[in-house]
Amino acid sequence: MTIPGWLDDFLWTYQTLIHDLGINGLLALAMYVVLAVGQLSLGQAAFMGLGAYSGALLSMKLHWPFALVLPASCVAPVLFALAIGVPTLRLSGVYLAIATIGLGEVLRSVYINWDYVGGALGLNGIPERAETWMIFSLLGVALLALFLVGRSRFGRAMEAMREDATAAAAMGINVRRYHLMALVTSAILAGLAGSLGAHEADFISPGEYGFEPAVTILSFALLGGIGNPAAPVAGAWFLTLLPEMMRDLPEIRLALNGAIIVLAVLFLPRGLFGWRMKRRAA
Amino acid sequence: MLAQQMVNGVLLGATYALFALGFTLIFGVLRVINLTYGFYFSAGAFIALYLTRVLGLNIVLALPLGTIAAGLVAVAMDSLLLPRLRHRRTAELDSLMVTLGAVLALYSIMTAWLGPDIRRFPPGTISADALEILGVRLTAAEGLILLASFVLVAALMALMKFTRLGLAIRALAEKPDAAGLMGINVPATSRIVSFLSGALAGAGGILIGLNFNAIQPYMGESMMLRGFVVIIVGGMGDSRGALVAGLALGIIEVLTAGYIDSGLKETVAFAILVVVLWTRPQGLFGRAVGQRA
Repeated sequence: MTIPGWLDDFLWTYQTLIHDLGINGLLALAMYVVLAVGQLSLGQAAFMGLGAYSGALLSMKLHWPFALVLPASCVAPVLFALAIGVPTLRLSGVYLAIATIGLGEVLRSVYINWDYVGGALGLNGIPERAETWMIFSLLGVALLALFLVGRSRFGRAMEAMREDATAAAAMGINVRRYHLMALVTSAILAGLAGSLGAHEADFISPGEYGFEPAVTILSFALLGGIGNPAAPVAGAWFLTLLPEMMRDLPEIRLALNGAIIVLAVLFLPRGLFGWRMKRRAA
Repeated sequence: MLAQQMVNGVLLGATYALFALGFTLIFGVLRVINLTYGFYFSAGAFIALYLTRVLGLNIVLALPLGTIAAGLVAVAMDSLLLPRLRHRRTAELDSLMVTLGAVLALYSIMTAWLGPDIRRFPPGTISADALEILGVRLTAAEGLILLASFVLVAALMALMKFTRLGLAIRALAEKPDAAGLMGINVPATSRIVSFLSGALAGAGGILIGLNFNAIQPYMGESMMLRGFVVIIVGGMGDSRGALVAGLALGIIEVLTAGYIDSGLKETVAFAILVVVLWTRPQGLFGRAVGQRA
């Protein structure tokens, strides 16, 4: 049986979009976990890139099965998170944001200048092994886990240090340990998303993990809000679907996307879905 | 050879320093990361291009006019985007997001309007003559870059140090509320800061456009990444740091490209950034800013 060309095209496009919804959802959660402890750390695109490159190399050069590649893709991002975590967690706010963007740029220029990983052209012909069910079950598990953590005493501690780190520390919360844990969790989620994305698109290049994606990921979380873990995912879906609806107007697409970010931050400071999680009294 | 490389490095570094100075000024005074800043760089270059190409102005006139126009663009954009955020608790984060959205929109509108192609100043915009001293060549364009950077930096430093306006700006940087109570017109002073920083970016854009004779809408974006490196290494909000780090970055990039590999100059720039973050996260001249409430 042959599928007519137009239907094939349609399904193919549709499938990429569905995969992107799941992957961007994971990235939004990677952003959420650091924002939830009050850290403006923008290394998610870098973590994603490390996951994508290490995953793609394991598949292409070592021919590992995907069931091993996927968890192994988290190793490099986590090591990077631990390496940068110790010095950069001394920084806060905007300093941390710029520092992490800068580190992402270091990695990007390493990819560009390293021929083993394809240089500026990137890697081609990555086996397409990311299935829809994998992406969405990972997203589901991550969401559920973050909901449960958010409702536990950890969630309380996270919210306390987000509101006031000094007061939280005075109440006996080990703020540094939480910050590092959040960063590592963020690296795992973004690494998974990167590896899934690489095994979905069959092609990766350094530009996909630079400055612009870093801030796009931040915009997922800010548009959705960070009161509960579902909000950033909803924000990611909104920002993924929106350009898709304007496929015919590629020129104004970016302009409109930018304008939406501006309006959302100016007029919806708590995000589109800004309600807070309910908790029983302690 | 080395002398020539050093001169080229100083030239590049002077424009980096100029660009980073405006970036660090607006951060230091208004406490916002203004990502639209890179757009003012592109805007300045395009305005100067228009002035020379369409109106046939001399570059000596087009440079100051383009600089002022870029400053006005900055005032218009900043007063549209930033005042609403001033009193938010998370003003820094919000400003990062708002200006990111705005700059995405601005670049894509500009590209849709003017096209993504690289454009050049009309031939004869600046004389092709070169001066040769002790085997070091310096073209007229390069001379103009050095002179303009020096004049602009000196003028800004003098303004900040010796005038009442400079005092008002420094007071605003120190404590906005107290500055307001002392009778400083905070919104007006903020607009002047926007103007000054936009003008520095615009001048940088025109000079880089002259130096490489290539102007295109996204030129401000790669410059922003250099700007980040310079202001972190120099210490955020510190103008001496921006100057020293900007010059140093220019020289290091040119030497790396000349003696090692031109593909590595960005890597080296960012590697310096990492080393500085590791050892002195507040930057060479910055004051320590650790975790604080």
